[in-house]
Amino acid sequence: MRSRPAFRRLAPTILLAAVAAAPLAANKSKSAVPASPDDKTIVHVLNRIGFGARPGDIDRVRQMGLQTYIDQQLHPEKIADSALAAHLEGFETLDKSSRTIAENYFEPAVRARQQAKASSGAANPDDGKPMRTPEQMAALQKQRQVVQELSEQKILRAAYSDRQLEEVMTDFWFNHFNVFAGKGATPIYLTEYEREVIRPHALGKFRDLLGATAKSPAMLFYLDNWQSADPHAADAQELMRGRVAMRRQMNPRRPGIFFPPQQMPANTQQPRQKRGLNENYGRELMELHTLGVDGGYTQQDVIEVARCFTGWTIRQPRQGGGFVFEPRIHDNGKKLVLGHVIAGGGEHDGEAVLDILARHPSTARFISTKLVRRFVSDNPPQSLVDRAAARFRETDGDIREVVRTIITSPEFFAVTSYRAKVKTPFEFVVSTLRATGSDVQNATPIALAIRQLGEPLYMCQPPTGYADKAEAWVNTGSLLNRMNFALAVVGGRMRGTQPAGLTLGSTTAARDQLVDGVLAGDVSATTSQTIAKAQDARQAAALILGSPEFQRR
Amino acid sequence: MISRRVFMKNGGMALVSLGFVPQFLSRTIEAASPARRKVLIAIFQRGAVDGLNMIVPFGERAYYASRPSIAIARPNDPEGAVDLDGFFGLHPRMAALKPLWDSRQLAIVHACGSPDGTRSHFDAQDYMETATPGVKSTEDGWLNRYLHAKEHANATPFRAVALAAQLPRSLQGTEPALAMNQIAQFGIRAGQSTDAVQSSFESEYAAAADQVLNRTGGEAFDAMRMLKSADPARYQPENGADYPRSAFGDALRQIAQLVKANVGLEVAFAEAGGWDTHVNQGSNAGQLAGRLDDFSRSIAALARDLADGMDDVVIVTMSEFGRAVTENGNRGTDHGHGNAMMIIGGGNIRGGRVYGRWPGLEPEQRYEGRDLAVTTDFRAVFSDIVRGHLGVRDTRQVFPGFTPGQPLGFVAV
Repeated sequence: MRSRPAFRRLAPTILLAAVAAAPLAANKSKSAVPASPDDKTIVHVLNRIGFGARPGDIDRVRQMGLQTYIDQQLHPEKIADSALAAHLEGFETLDKSSRTIAENYFEPAVRARQQAKASSGAANPDDGKPMRTPEQMAALQKQRQVVQELSEQKILRAAYSDRQLEEVMTDFWFNHFNVFAGKGATPIYLTEYEREVIRPHALGKFRDLLGATAKSPAMLFYLDNWQSADPHAADAQELMRGRVAMRRQMNPRRPGIFFPPQQMPANTQQPRQKRGLNENYGRELMELHTLGVDGGYTQQDVIEVARCFTGWTIRQPRQGGGFVFEPRIHDNGKKLVLGHVIAGGGEHDGEAVLDILARHPSTARFISTKLVRRFVSDNPPQSLVDRAAARFRETDGDIREVVRTIITSPEFFAVTSYRAKVKTPFEFVVSTLRATGSDVQNATPIALAIRQLGEPLYMCQPPTGYADKAEAWVNTGSLLNRMNFALAVVGGRMRGTQPAGLTLGSTTAARDQLVDGVLAGDVSATTSQTIAKAQDARQAAALILGSPEFQRR
Repeated sequence: MISRRVFMKNGGMALVSLGFVPQFLSRTIEAASPARRKVLIAIFQRGAVDGLNMIVPFGERAYYASRPSIAIARPNDPEGAVDLDGFFGLHPRMAALKPLWDSRQLAIVHACGSPDGTRSHFDAQDYMETATPGVKSTEDGWLNRYLHAKEHANATPFRAVALAAQLPRSLQGTEPALAMNQIAQFGIRAGQSTDAVQSSFESEYAAAADQVLNRTGGEAFDAMRMLKSADPARYQPENGADYPRSAFGDALRQIAQLVKANVGLEVAFAEAGGWDTHVNQGSNAGQLAGRLDDFSRSIAALARDLADGMDDVVIVTMSEFGRAVTENGNRGTDHGHGNAMMIIGGGNIRGGRVYGRWPGLEPEQRYEGRDLAVTTDFRAVFSDIVRGHLGVRDTRQVFPGFTPGQPLGFVAV
């Protein structure tokens, strides 16, 4: 065990508080939320169900009552969140449909490219890069705007929204049901995916969330299900031929990172290829979305599930079209999934699979484990996982109730959970913005900084999503970049961001604000000494935000 | 060796005077000792290079029949391929690599690729970097698993370095690895206060009860100090090495600096993009030619720069898949299957030969009737390097699920 002298002091307070609170909360399913929490406990909650404390937050929460704060966070619809609106003004794409996004932001780039090709078609022989017309450049910029605005939005919401838990859960579920902005048509659908598939269900019923992702064009495209067909279906070849041509045009790339501007072939004279069952979604649905890798399914189950989802496809992906069930490529034969016979045929086959998976005990366990890992510890306490999984089953996968069980549990408030998590780059950056009361006018440089720290937003390539364990985020290069990020923000050197809320009167003032106000006064003697020796307030602030204490939550 | 003495004098003393246990000092002395480290430089051509125009099978009738506007002419044409063995030739803009072929430092494996048939860049890159084709859930990359298999006590913070903004999938995993765009930017950036801020941060992390942050913080500051003492920037290209002024040339120049600075480098990674030539690919000139020119001149410069140092170095190039045999309607090529890999090194590399079984390019010899077939699993190439050059005998944990067959022959295994 790590020795944490600071926290040992905290322990009795918390445990006493938990005991004291117990009788009061008798009706409220054994809440361990302390009635008179100390600063550390409040900061712990702010770090776990949100993106960290802003100056003044400790007092605000104490005044409101910790239990009330937690209850309120569990019902984001009851939080007005008026401050956020101002920060989200001026973005064009956030409320647009995929159809509109395709039409206004992606198709112009395709047209400009075709036009440029038709008029000249020459590549620059000197640097070997295809020459781009000004129209092409402008169209590409517009295309990039979509993911750029989405990334800015994510940062701004996490930094400024009063619905902190909703942001945490949106981030959690997006990562759980990860899709990658660099794969083909996926970025066209990303904005709608987060807005309409993930966010509305973030604290809702798991089955609804699962069903929404299964039918989302973002997921259908990312995990290839849109081209999965019954190889025996009479019309499959004919129908898929058109889709193959389309798929080739959507060749996957990582925009702006590794590949030059997208070059889509207009050519559709490919030799006819045999298309058939694609197991990709079927496999990840069980391994990553529901049962977990040891959840008790076989390769045969993967095939049967994939058969059930044949025909779940996208109407015109390049144009941002929506989900459609295509009966002509659906396999209507009988299937056996995890011991259940599915024989109805049609779109219902897939729905039946989702019902089976959403209610499977392995799913309750797998989802609960991941949630406990997010909220409590890299090594989820089994007792809590069991209770959360039981709650999941009792409530037919009511996410709000599962999360409530976790964040009001004794394990959540236990000594061993305090600062047990290393912040992800996103969490570190956003908590820095919050701690410094930063005024972010342009979040794109912030998004670039997060990318540099190793967590490019919406650009996680594998379907596993980003890891939620310390090892993934603690490495020499990224640690150094964290210190430099802290220096840049407090030094006012981060373009588009001013540390407006930072008290810069003296090193002591900066110390009081950040150490007492954000870290609940809990820093090592050495960290205290280095802060005291700082040349000025900005340096002191950087030494706090880059400190080991601030890297944890 | 100059670097060692300078390091002892500057870096070592500075450390002792600061009162740090100079743990990494001993590591560096080891790094510079006569039992020199083997280095692997992995180069990823992201976007799927057209292997058939890179290593040209000019002896194939079908090659010319399939590519009326983009084929590379036979070597007897002044603009034609650079003849290697009477059947294969280098793209004319890759002539910079010919001396390495002649000195038997350059080996080629053709018709090489993945057993998985995906034509998705995204999946294929992933499969190549994890070296587990068809398995998406692999968490770590093959280079990291190699580092793990060869774990040793004298590892330095510069054991594995990617000259890239982000750590590539190949290097992700349990072993520490660094990603940096520019060596010079690896340090605390606080203007005039840099030294003071750095030492303050260092004491914070040194005092942290938190083991993970304590250890990694320690490594980060070790690395910074090591870099400062070794000062790789002072190693200017030697022997007339002329790196192109491109991002890729710059990355390789810095890798050479790290090698020469004796900071304990064992695995380096660099990447080059711009290979996804669906439209107007060009032939002896044009888009692909420009990319190959930069690519080959950068690699040639690295080999020239390191000179005898190449005895301990192997460079391997890879790309996620090849491109269709037949050119498309836009004088470009679409996604294909088999490709070519290059292996460059002194020491025990048996260059001057194209390895692997050539499957032919006639329609019935192709994969799915359209692409160069794969006759050599890319993992066989990696595996021979890991065994022959890097000296790991048992490669099962580096390449799970892969059983290497007979060595391909480009390196003594």
